[in-house]
Amino acid sequence: MNPNRNRLIFMTLILMGIGFVALVRSTVDEYVLSIINFVGINIVLAVSLNITNGFTGLFSLGHPGFMAIGGYVTAFLTFPVARKSMFLELPPWLANLELPFFPALLIGGVCAGLTGLLVGLPVLRLRGHYLAVATLGFLIIVQVLITNWESVTRGPLGLNGLPAFTNLWWVYPWVVLTVYVSWKLKFSSYGRSMISIREDDTAAQCLGVNLFQTRVVALVVGAFFAGVAGGLWAHLVTAITPTSFSLIMAFHIVVMVVVGGTGSITGAFIGAVIFSVLTEIFRPLEESLDAYGIGEVLMALILILILIFRPQGLFGSREPGFLSVRDRS
Amino acid sequence: MSTGYLAQQIVNGLILGSMYALVAIGFSMIYGIIRLINFAHGDVVMIGAFITLYLLQALGAPFPFVALVVLISGAIIGILIEKGAFRPMRGAPQVTGFIASLAVSIMLQNLGILFLTAQPRNFTFPDYLQSVIKTGPVSFRVVDLVIMLSALALMCGLMLLVNKTRLGMAMRATAENIDVARLMGININRTIMATFAIGSALAAIAGLMWGGKFGQIDPLLGFVPGLKSFVAAVIGGVGSIPGAILGGYVLGLSEVLFVGLLPPIYSAFRDAFVFSTLIVILLIMPNGIFGKKTEERT
Repeated sequence: MNPNRNRLIFMTLILMGIGFVALVRSTVDEYVLSIINFVGINIVLAVSLNITNGFTGLFSLGHPGFMAIGGYVTAFLTFPVARKSMFLELPPWLANLELPFFPALLIGGVCAGLTGLLVGLPVLRLRGHYLAVATLGFLIIVQVLITNWESVTRGPLGLNGLPAFTNLWWVYPWVVLTVYVSWKLKFSSYGRSMISIREDDTAAQCLGVNLFQTRVVALVVGAFFAGVAGGLWAHLVTAITPTSFSLIMAFHIVVMVVVGGTGSITGAFIGAVIFSVLTEIFRPLEESLDAYGIGEVLMALILILILIFRPQGLFGSREPGFLSVRDRS
Repeated sequence: MSTGYLAQQIVNGLILGSMYALVAIGFSMIYGIIRLINFAHGDVVMIGAFITLYLLQALGAPFPFVALVVLISGAIIGILIEKGAFRPMRGAPQVTGFIASLAVSIMLQNLGILFLTAQPRNFTFPDYLQSVIKTGPVSFRVVDLVIMLSALALMCGLMLLVNKTRLGMAMRATAENIDVARLMGININRTIMATFAIGSALAAIAGLMWGGKFGQIDPLLGFVPGLKSFVAAVIGGVGSIPGAILGGYVLGLSEVLFVGLLPPIYSAFRDAFVFSTLIVILLIMPNGIFGKKTEERT
């Protein structure tokens, strides 16, 4: 595969993306616009979880925990100083700080990534579903801490009235960046180390792959993007509570990744789109039938059917041929 | 702090521990036999609680009859879950089963919300079970005594079943090595089904107890106790039934003492305490107290 063609494909996709954003913003109403924003955030979440769960095979349920950290940190940094002092007891340096959205998002992401490092160092010694349960424990611990640290987080009330910074011009560049990083990673030697760990960690270790370090990097990169997605999410909804980021959200992100095919970036991308569209179809269904819960039931049913009849998802762990001839080797 | 207060806390811990132990047994048995962490196990607790509620309050059925029906319907639900979700994907990677169990759990919770609404319901036992016994500094209701004693009885029955009957032998053999067990002529499908049935029956009866203990139930009630019982199973060593029982009591006692002995501001952190314990245990002794060393957990 010559690099020129890759570059060409990327440029075309980016141009199409810009055209798409411009077109959508001028034609569609608010409601649809917010859905398209959520689709973008879900893509960031699914593609970043795919780095951890898909490439490296670390089944993590902690993604919403990292989102929560990113979301809260970003919210503290962007909140107008005048309102911050009204109901939050923050240390003075933070209370008088008001950052633009971009650095706030970055700091949120970095905090989430650092937490990933902190959690990963002990927990990544576990494997398989033991790791999954430990990350689930992490998620619950984050929720409990946020709920009870009332002087800073306002506890269960959460923070509301956040500035509504998030729009398509914020979300989709992050989508592009996430996909780009993830793509570069997958087809780098580092990404191959990650995949080799997923396939057979003993063999990978024999070939000189540093298992622990690679696993930690996979978790931290995923956590960083989850943190950014959390920040985007908070400033789209303009409110954030400890229950926003729950196990059900972890389940949703896992569904997106599994539907698309664990390990496939295209799969995670399309999985996120399908999932978001289905949610939006199910919501009016629930309301009109007055049958709350039926959306989740159907979603769970779809997941079980996919696991039974097509466990590799839509794309397996590959990318479609026209995007990556290199993947066929 | 008086000894009376401490004794009362220990009794409360034992009651909570009995319920954790009953649920943890199922977790451990199912893990032992097909290496599956069954997330949906906690939701069987919820179903058991709602069946009890329905039978007691809508039909006014007598209590022992209710307990029997709850046991049987728990077993049926366990069989349905196994047949519907887990049997078709047997032999798939471990994580597949794990995701599926998460899906089953979310499905059961939302079916609960769909048919029962998310509104919590009050749960009352007949008066003779609610009366309070006072012995010295410790006081508890008859229902608490019933919970502890019937949990013990069920556990003894289970140990007899597993250690002394042909079915129990088949279960132990399948847990040891599923392929060899099949070669020896054991009906694997039936054995696994029986494991799910027994584990889920115990979880359903724990649901009855949960309602009796806390007096209020809702469709999401099974989730946190389910997870905590998993923690209990890990403490005891996943796959070991005595371990699950011991782990249940250890967790119940330490949770109650955590809340009861520390200043009240810490009590909101009880869940964080439980799950930090989980992570620490997984790291320093991943095989728990009674678990076998053969598994790769780290």
